[in-house]
Amino acid sequence: MPTKKDIQDLYFMDARFKLLEIASFLDRIDRHDGEADFRHPAFLKALAAMQSPPAGTSRTQAVHLSLSDHSTEPAHSAGVSFAYGAHQTQPLGA
Amino acid sequence: MRYIEPHAHMVSRTTADYQAIAQVGCEALCEPAFWAGYDRASAQGFYDYYRQLTEYEPARAAKFGIKHFCWLCINPKEAEDPVFAREVMSLIPDFINQPTVLGIGEIGLNKNTRNELLIFEEQLEIAKKYDQAILIHTPHLEDKLKGTRLILDSLKNAQLDRERIIIDHVEEHTVSLVLDAGYWAGMTLYPESKCSPARAIDILETYGMENIWMNSACDWGISDPLAVIKTALEMKKRHYGDEIIEKVIYRNPEKFLNQCPNFNL
Repeated sequence: MPTKKDIQDLYFMDARFKLLEIASFLDRIDRHDGEADFRHPAFLKALAAMQSPPAGTSRTQAVHLSLSDHSTEPAHSAGVSFAYGAHQTQPLGA
Repeated sequence: MRYIEPHAHMVSRTTADYQAIAQVGCEALCEPAFWAGYDRASAQGFYDYYRQLTEYEPARAAKFGIKHFCWLCINPKEAEDPVFAREVMSLIPDFINQPTVLGIGEIGLNKNTRNELLIFEEQLEIAKKYDQAILIHTPHLEDKLKGTRLILDSLKNAQLDRERIIIDHVEEHTVSLVLDAGYWAGMTLYPESKCSPARAIDILETYGMENIWMNSACDWGISDPLAVIKTALEMKKRHYGDEIIEKVIYRNPEKFLNQCPNFNL
């Protein structure tokens, strides 16, 4: 199995690249006009969850859980047929 | 390096993709029935689709030495209208005995609606009636956790052999729900969603190499028919030997699929 150093050698540059992509994405949102929708606070909340995952939860799981719908009852109808990537507690425009 | 592609939607891919996966060692490929990128206007559209899955694609794959198998169902994305869905489901018995049919799939949920769940459960009954294995689609992104839980709850009541059911598209927050309940799990390798090769290997390292496969699920969207073999190469980078890589990309899918009477290599 690879060591921590091996994992850094394999993935550090890629992760660094993606971290800068996230930072520049957030800067881009800040810089442009208009209002961000529910995905923006959801994204920021997921970032915070990644940095401080609950005990027994990995960082990746914490991000998934932060962005997931936690309701338990089947929906009455589909509404939109696609997924946004973050759970929307209220329909857009409501 | 030989491998089995256990989930690919070749009706949406070019013949050059068959050539490419054959060149890197694909010996067999399994194609679940799914959404084709558009809603079909009539049940007749599914009749033609089932013919494509059972007749045309096996012949196209055979030109490159690949054995092509398929699963039949109405997918959850087109199952919101139960009347339409039942009309499509009534076609399944006409095709279920075709020599390359593996079972019922990929059934499941898309937006976790009552009607999707109703049709999912009716298709479980079809699988039970015809003694078929089952391949299950879990929803995308924010809907996956809830959908996986609803599917597992529904399966609890269905009294089916859990070893003949694979629940696909698991990720870090759903994989243990599936494996701990005694089902097989599938990981899908997508460039923009689901699992990357690195994350798929993380899941293998965390949850073990048993009762799990990985697939490209290549289709009409952004996807990569070579994703399985690229993940095998990623495993090599992490110092995995040929034996364990072959287990994940060949022997695991072979073990599950051998439960389907029509599967043979």
